[in-house]
Amino acid sequence: MALRELSSLEKFLGLKKPNKYSTQGGKKVPVLQNNNGPALIGLVTIASHLVREAKRPELLGDRAERRAVVQQWLEHRVTRLDNCSKEEVKVILKDLNQYLEDKVYLAGNVFTLADILMYYGIHHIVMELAVQEKERYLNITRWFDHIQHYPGVRHHLPPVAVLRNRVYPSGHH
Amino acid sequence: MLCSGLTGNCRCIRALFQVSVNRTALELKLSERPPFGGGAGLFGRCHVTEKSQPESGYISRRFIQERREVTEGQMKLYITDGNPHCIKVLASLELNGVKCDIEAVSHEEKAVVHFSHPLFPVLLLPDGQHLFSPNSICQYLFDISGQKATDATNQWLEWEATNLQPAVLQSLHMVALQGKRVEAAAVMKEPLNWLEQSLSKKNTPFLAAEAVSVADVVLWAALYPLLSDSGFDAGELRSVRGWFERVGGLEACQTAAQRVLQGKGVEALKTFLQKQPATQTQRRDSPTNANEAEDGEHVMTMEEIEEAAQVWSEGLKSSPAVTERKHPILPQEGKRNVLLTSALPYVNNVPHLGNIIGCVLSADVFARYGRLRGWNLLFICGTDEYGTATENKAREEGLTPQEICDKYHAVHADIYQWFQIDFDFFGRTTTEQQTEIAQDIFWRLHERGFLLEDTVEQLRCDSCQRFLADRFVEGECPHCRYPEARGDQCDKCGRLINAVELRNPQCKVCKETPVIRSSKHLFLDLPKLEDELEQWLDKSTGSGDWTTNARHITRSWLRDGLKPRCITRDLRWGTPVPHEEYKEKVFYVWFDAPIGYLSITANYTDQWEKWWKNPQQVELYNFMAKDNVPFHSVVFPCSLLGAQDNYTLVNHLIATEYLNYEDTKFSKSRGVGVFGDMAKDTGIPSDVWRFYLLYLRPEGQDSAFSWSDMALKNNSELLNNLGNFINRAGMFVSKFFDGCVPEMLLNEDDKRLIAQVRWELKQYIQLLDKVRIRDALKCILNISRHGNQYIQVNEPWKKIKGGDGDRQRAGTVTGVSVNVACLLSAVLEPYMPSVSHTIRQQLQAPPTSVSTMLQNTGIFICTLPAGHRIGTVSPLFQKLEIEQIEVLRKRFGGQQPEEESAKAKTRVETKPSAAAVNVNAVPERAKQLTALVAEQGNKVRGLKAQKAEKSVIDKEVETLLDLKKQLSLAECKNPEPAAQKGKKK
Repeated sequence: MALRELSSLEKFLGLKKPNKYSTQGGKKVPVLQNNNGPALIGLVTIASHLVREAKRPELLGDRAERRAVVQQWLEHRVTRLDNCSKEEVKVILKDLNQYLEDKVYLAGNVFTLADILMYYGIHHIVMELAVQEKERYLNITRWFDHIQHYPGVRHHLPPVAVLRNRVYPSGHH
Repeated sequence: MLCSGLTGNCRCIRALFQVSVNRTALELKLSERPPFGGGAGLFGRCHVTEKSQPESGYISRRFIQERREVTEGQMKLYITDGNPHCIKVLASLELNGVKCDIEAVSHEEKAVVHFSHPLFPVLLLPDGQHLFSPNSICQYLFDISGQKATDATNQWLEWEATNLQPAVLQSLHMVALQGKRVEAAAVMKEPLNWLEQSLSKKNTPFLAAEAVSVADVVLWAALYPLLSDSGFDAGELRSVRGWFERVGGLEACQTAAQRVLQGKGVEALKTFLQKQPATQTQRRDSPTNANEAEDGEHVMTMEEIEEAAQVWSEGLKSSPAVTERKHPILPQEGKRNVLLTSALPYVNNVPHLGNIIGCVLSADVFARYGRLRGWNLLFICGTDEYGTATENKAREEGLTPQEICDKYHAVHADIYQWFQIDFDFFGRTTTEQQTEIAQDIFWRLHERGFLLEDTVEQLRCDSCQRFLADRFVEGECPHCRYPEARGDQCDKCGRLINAVELRNPQCKVCKETPVIRSSKHLFLDLPKLEDELEQWLDKSTGSGDWTTNARHITRSWLRDGLKPRCITRDLRWGTPVPHEEYKEKVFYVWFDAPIGYLSITANYTDQWEKWWKNPQQVELYNFMAKDNVPFHSVVFPCSLLGAQDNYTLVNHLIATEYLNYEDTKFSKSRGVGVFGDMAKDTGIPSDVWRFYLLYLRPEGQDSAFSWSDMALKNNSELLNNLGNFINRAGMFVSKFFDGCVPEMLLNEDDKRLIAQVRWELKQYIQLLDKVRIRDALKCILNISRHGNQYIQVNEPWKKIKGGDGDRQRAGTVTGVSVNVACLLSAVLEPYMPSVSHTIRQQLQAPPTSVSTMLQNTGIFICTLPAGHRIGTVSPLFQKLEIEQIEVLRKRFGGQQPEEESAKAKTRVETKPSAAAVNVNAVPERAKQLTALVAEQGNKVRGLKAQKAEKSVIDKEVETLLDLKKQLSLAECKNPEPAAQKGKKK
């Protein structure tokens, strides 16, 4: 899963030569074999590395504050979102929905790596949401739809249908 | 330590998120920070804010954001005492000499508004954003000091967050809270070894370089509480020890550790650890289980697969004959004797979907399931007919109460029949047997001294000339101040109320304020029975299946302590109290109504005592919505215990939560919601109604009926999943094999499917045995999902055109599929009896197949062997079109004025509120007004949409409000409380 994600990211970044990956351990942590240095381990580490390699540092944030926010959501992705239990999903969605209330992207007004990896990581959850739930997590749905239509991001993932008009007259309680 | 004095200074941080421009902080500039690592200890200099000093209260958000751009450098760190994550952050701050306000807050406060749980440490950035991840905070502090992240530091940070931290938290939990140091060391073994290996391969003193980096501080701080604990044996880790001491030698690290642990070691973290959600500290325990539960995919062993195939191939052999139900059903020696009751619906209201799913439908599914399992089961229900509401309704309609009951009893019976509720007996409470049994229990209680006499103050309405019992008085709840509490119970907080305790009571009929009069009444001495009750409850809840809400409600009742409860009422329509001094009175409905279960059984058979005075042989299940729990778990058992007549008491108490309608409540008066008698007019088959209601059965939490969701579930689950599979399986047999089940030669794929289906069947049985009705329905849908996938992958429709081998394969796949379809008809029986029956008819399935497959833990066998001839196959379900659903939604949506829609979820009541009854008083006028209100509502909405002038809108709104008031009056509701209710949520 993480490997397909990284290959999609490579395509998005326009990296010409695809890298060689393997996985490590029961959790299938991705490993990047590197010719001129030690192997890199971990999704966030590798993804950040690829972004620098593609000379797109702005995707990691153009200033310290933004870099920190991006970093934080990348960490959130691998620590909270991945392998979370069913009960946790609800809390995660609720919190993220509230966070996105006044934001276009996770780091505010600019698109970053955080959006890409959070999108990849949350895709299977959003996919399962019923229409009513999508309306309950309106901000997530809006952000998600935005990212899946962001040029070059979606790649390996099927699009998730998002209704433009509300089905449930007032979904949030 | 300047900060420590602030612990427990519980200030609302939420406000800070909005404003708090602090003057002290304003003066701080990042440029002032000293060179890396230099200067005196930070804590000597840190600015501690005593109180936020907003410049002008709440400024608009936009303004603040602009403001923040200007005041760059304002930064604030929130920490909590004894929080291990704070060590790394404080050390990073100190090491980089970053100036920043620090505030110690309590564990419960929320610094980041968008998080449901408090999370610390939190860094408020100069641009107003919050950093809530400790590692990101550290990284940031290094970043602004000129140390950018590298691949190496990133990798260590990621490893710390994903691997080390979960182990550390789990380990700390064991050390600090359980004293299990050995186990704790075992948990840490793997990550520590990894660290040891990595360090020993390097020839640099620190993790990522020659100098200290963010990686060192973060890892060191994570490990510090454990590795500094003298009782914690980390093992021989030379490189780790060396590195650990080097990092720990830094003054910044020492100060930070001292600040957080206060020299108390792991002990200091106790409070923090106790508050950690278990999932975070224990997640590592069972990652595989969590995954398994998540995707519902069961991983099977080869043995399991072979065994499943073996059992399957045995087919129908020694199956028990189908036993016909013979009335009267009586307990039998050596059988599982199950007595099943559904809460008695109040006669004088048409039940709505919430009532139906809450008790009768749920009980019916379980009853059908039990009969298939071969239990000797009796399912009893009936209408609860006594009470003031009936009396009043009779007056309105010019009939006698008995005539009203007769009329509505028939309405109920019709509705349940349409919903295919298969009662063994559906009776009523207004019978001689009721009087006889209730009076017998009364005398037994009286003789044994469990009744008390007391004079009570009661509300009496002088204009209506009667005492106002139960639901005929409304007022403000003395406990929670809910303005529309009823005379006996508050809908909001659920507590029972004595009508005289209500604030501002009002007669619900005439709106006059009642007066208090005294009258002599009898009370059931619950305190005297409390010990016996608790003993029995321990036993019953310990061995039986009580839903969580039932346990919880019962426990909270006992915790509050029991008080004597009045069992008599000044009414006429009820079971007469046989006592000479009380001959003008009747029994209070809650003393009386549950006795209905007994008297209804007595109407069914004169040998009723074999069920009701036979706890040795009989298991009793009570089904109800949660508001009925206390009466079934406390009050009624006390009556029976006190009567000392070897009564059968409830073993399993199954309570549902509430079902809402779309985003509002079912309301007879507003014509909102689907009521039992209307369901059949929708043209949607009874089975589909049953399916959808059971699919969203409020099991564990409230749920909401929604038209579009119903269409979605019908089209996706019933039509595309279940119906599609069964239909395809049958069609293949008809089309490709002339209606005869073909020869089946099982290969690995087939065996795997059979094992998967068998596993789902076992789950289904386990769940239904525990009355998890909704969850078991998911197993059925999983079976057909597996079946669809199986057909899709094996493509019998293509293979049938191929060579002999392919044709053979097509035959096997078709044969296995049609047998899965046959199993589906069996497991569907409790949920969708007609569909289940139709499938069996289409497949010409042997009658014993159903009960055979549901024996024991579930046996999936080949019930349709090769050569079996099936009948005519036709589609089982129809698509529900969006247009059709829209029409229905409008029809049942009522005319909801805009302010009223979207109002808080209000629950469905099992018992009708008197308001719902009263509307019939002036129905025509109310109808007209409802239409006018709707029209005026549209007008207002239109004006608002066009952004008309405020004065114009206000005028129309006024007209709207006036109309609503008139409508409320026409519906005999007090308009004022209704308005308050609106504001409440």
